[in-house]
Formats: sequence, structure tokens, C-alpha cells
Amino acid sequence: MLEIYGAKLPSRLILGTAQYPSPDTIGEAVRAGGASAVTVSLRRESAQDAAATGPGGKFWSIVRSLGVPVLPNTAGCHTAREAITTAQMAREVFDTNWIKLEVIGNHDTLQPDVFELVEAARILCDEGFEVFPYTTDDLVVAERLLEAGCGILMPWCAPIGSARGPVNLDALRSLRSHFPDVPLIVDAGIGRPSHAATVMELGYDAVLLNTAVARAGAPVYMARAFSAAIKAGRTAWHAGLLEPRDIAVPSTPVIGMATFT
Amino acid sequence: MKVLVMGAGVAGLAAAWELRRRGAHVTVVDRQDRVGGTASWFAGGMLAPWCERESADEKVTEIGAAATDWWADILPDRVERNGTLVVAPARDGSELDRFARRTAGHRTVDETELGELEPVLSGRFRRGLFFEAEAHLDPRAAMRSLQMLLARSGCIFRLGEDVAETDSFDAVVDCTGMASPVDGLRGVRGEMLLLRTSGIRLSRPIRLLHPRIPVYVVPRGEGLFMVGATMIESAADSSASARSVMELLNAAYALHPAFGDAEIVEIGVGVRPAFADNFPRVSRHGDTISLNGLYRHGFLLAPALAADAAAMAMGIREAAHG
Repeated sequence: MLEIYGAKLPSRLILGTAQYPSPDTIGEAVRAGGASAVTVSLRRESAQDAAATGPGGKFWSIVRSLGVPVLPNTAGCHTAREAITTAQMAREVFDTNWIKLEVIGNHDTLQPDVFELVEAARILCDEGFEVFPYTTDDLVVAERLLEAGCGILMPWCAPIGSARGPVNLDALRSLRSHFPDVPLIVDAGIGRPSHAATVMELGYDAVLLNTAVARAGAPVYMARAFSAAIKAGRTAWHAGLLEPRDIAVPSTPVIGMATFT
Repeated sequence: MKVLVMGAGVAGLAAAWELRRRGAHVTVVDRQDRVGGTASWFAGGMLAPWCERESADEKVTEIGAAATDWWADILPDRVERNGTLVVAPARDGSELDRFARRTAGHRTVDETELGELEPVLSGRFRRGLFFEAEAHLDPRAAMRSLQMLLARSGCIFRLGEDVAETDSFDAVVDCTGMASPVDGLRGVRGEMLLLRTSGIRLSRPIRLLHPRIPVYVVPRGEGLFMVGATMIESAADSSASARSVMELLNAAYALHPAFGDAEIVEIGVGVRPAFADNFPRVSRHGDTISLNGLYRHGFLLAPALAADAAAMAMGIREAAHG
């Protein structure tokens, strides 16, 4: 079973909670996909909400009532300082040390600002947070994040919401082989179940996605499809995949076949 | 049959109308000294049951389809039946495809036809989706007109008052939105702008698709345009954030650069009352009927829900006298 910061997660799918047709649909998708956690973003307005209506506010109490652990995130933060403040707020509101750390560096690609990310990760880890860093597939940055105290890495496989799937398999493969014992979760860019299966076949530990399910024609069915794909990819990885070959190999042995001359 | 309607937003006014139509004596009470409520006051006023299908349940389209006729029967001069036009910047063409796939009641229009429909957008977009059967109205004007008609028909308005007593009424219809004690409500905050410019003329609501910030621009006549609206999971009704205003202005500017010279007439913030399925409901609690959770579909769904609420309220007396 997947274990992150000492917590055992019963499945390898983590879902976002944004862009769904309704909060009810989030709950149905989480159940249909068997998601083991959900991530939720904190905004300035939501903090006011918490102040006004007690811990949570309505949307958050719905998210909390899903029955799975909540992984608050710092989506929309552009500096380490902003992300740290948001993380501290999230800890109070959700009563958890988990934080999915996002520090955006480019407005068009929503690419992580890895410098600010490492800085924020160091400070938050020192403050006792259990940091889930949303990062690129850069190996050196990954090392720095681990040095900073992160116990897990969450590389993108393509820009957030782009639905492009793994665009650099070599980099993902390289991360996996460099960090065989660190939980690795692909965090962004997954568009279809086959993308999820592909990264699971590489030996990734889990997949986090939002848009691909939330904006699907039928989010609940799509959650189910992703769940199946993730399990298939994981099982295939355990089973040991064939390496591609340049030469055709017949399934049936040719030696010993009867010859007609 | 005496019925007290609490709340003079679109739900309360529609409920009052449906109750009057059934012969009830209606009193409408609202804390504010005008009709229009809070969420309704900042509404877009689009009667767009087919466009809304993009993110809403099929039921919204089914029930909302009759809304235009309801409003037009009562306020023939207030309803503009010019359809809705949906466009996307060339870069976001896939958003337009997605929108088309998820909705019905539209046809694709090319650059030429788009220019004929909305000359100011000529040459700015290659293609769009035209929802011909949709309509729009000016919410504030429509609600004021509805108030006048109701008052003329004997409906009593007590505006700027709190509810003192309900004992003298046979039934109460609670249409107070976020202020209602009904269970399961949450707030979805929306920020909007009113812009004025003589540089642009539009005949219908335009929806500009964008993967992150979809917005709509609704013409209100005399150079006035409503630009909306953000959707934030929060019941906070504090002033609009700089980011939201920036995003709305950016989108308006992307639709047409002449919006850059427009005057900002108003920056509004409303909180939409919604249930967890984002679909409204009518429920009965003793002699009180609650109509709530209209979310972003106030003008679209209030007529049908008001009819349900009115029928239920009238049933209270029948039951009492039966």
C-alpha cells in the first residue's frame, strides 16, 4: 500500500476539487474512482469565509465530509512568501500538516518557479509541514526538494490542465530510477486514462488529476476509467514489462517446424 | 388566502406573481428598501438554458426552456429574443469545440455571419456558436417592472422592513436566499462589472470562452454592458478583488479593445445561494415554503420553481380547510 509521511493511502488516485459541475459530483467522482485523497485550493475569499462562518465555510465542509484525507494546496501563489502564508492558513483551517506546495513561475504555462519552490519547501518543512511539492521533471530540483526535507515528489508530466499527457518520458523514467524509494506522484498534465496508465507503468506511485475528470462529459464515469487505468498500469509494472525490440519475434517457435521441400 | 413572501429578489417576485395568479393576497417583505434582492441584483439576466448545459444538469435546460416565454408574457418589452453568441480566441478553438459538444440548440456561424450578427465583432473571430432561441433581459429593470405590475394588482410591498409577525398569514414563502435558515445552502461568490461605452454596440449576450476565465458580456442598452462573472466557492460578500476585476476587464478587452476606453460604472459582488447539486429546490417546513438555491440560474429557473412554491403554498390552506 502507498505510504506517504506515514499515512497509508488505499488507492493511487488523488483528485482535485475544482471545476466540477457541482459539489455533489465531486463526491460521486471520488467514490466512483476510489480516490484516496482530494486536494483543495485556498483563496483569500475562502479565508474570509472561514472567519465568517467558522472553520470551513460550506464548500469546505462538503469537501471534508467526503471521507478521504484533504490535501490543501497553494494554487495561484507566485512567491515563496505567499505560498507559506497560504500553507499556514490551510493548516489552521483543515487541521493537517499536509500541504501541496505550488509556486507558479509563468503565467502561460503555470510552470512551477522551482527556485521559490525549494525556498518555500525548506521553510515549511522546518515548520513541521509535510510538503507535497508540485515540481517540474528536473532531477536537480528534485534533489534539492528532498534535501529541503520533502518526503515525496510531485513532478508534472505536462502543463496543468493541458491534457497533453507525458511529454518527456525519459525525464520521468530518470526520476523514477534515481529515487527508487521516494514516493513519486505525477501531478499535472494528465488528459486521459491511457496517460495515467503510461506513468504507472513507469513505476510511479500515484496520479493526481483534476481537469481530466472534472471537465469530462461525465465526470463520474471518467473517474472510474482513471481508476481502472491506474490499476492496470500499476499491475503491469509489477508484472514486468517487455522492452521494445527492433526485430520481430514470433510467438510460436519456428525451430522444429515441419518443412516441405 | 393570505401569503407572506419574504425576499424581493427574483425568486420572491416570481413567487408573488404565481401566488397572485392563483388568487392569493400577497405581501412581499424585504429588508432592503428596494426590490431586487442581493444575488439577483448582480445577475446577468441571460435566459440561456442551452448554453448553461455546458456546466449544468440536463434539468436546467428542460425547466429553463420555458422561462423566456414566462418573462415575455408578463414583460413583453423587457425581453430581447436575439439569441446568444459564443466565441473564443483562435488559440482557444478547442474550448469552442468542447462547448459545442456539450450543448445543443446551436449552430456554427462563420466569420461572415458572425459579422452580420454583431458588426463590431466583424473580423475579430473566425467562427462562433449561435444559440438562436435564447434571450436576455435587464434584471434590475425587469424586477422593477414586475414590482409595478404586482403592486397594481394589489400586492403589498413592505420594503426596508424586517418581518415582524407571520401569524396573520396562512402561509409564508421564504425566498431570502443566503439569509434563509434552510439546510444545505452554500454561497458561491460572483463579481461583476458594469461598463459604459459608446464605441460598441451589441444585440445579444456574448460568451467569450477561455480555459481559465470564461466571461460573458450582456448589453443593457444605452451603451451599458454587464461583464460577468467570477465563480468563487465562498460566501464572503466583501468588495471585489483586484485580480477578479483585472480578469474581467482583460476578457472584455479581449472581446473588443474599445472596452479599454469604457467607463467603469459599477463593480458589484453578489453571493449565489446554492445546494450541493447546484439545483434549486422548493421545500415545506410547517406553514413555511422555502424556495432557494437558484445558484447562477435565478432568472432562468425562478418562474418554474415559483409555480411549484405557489402551488404548495395554496395547498396549505386547502389542507387546513379540508
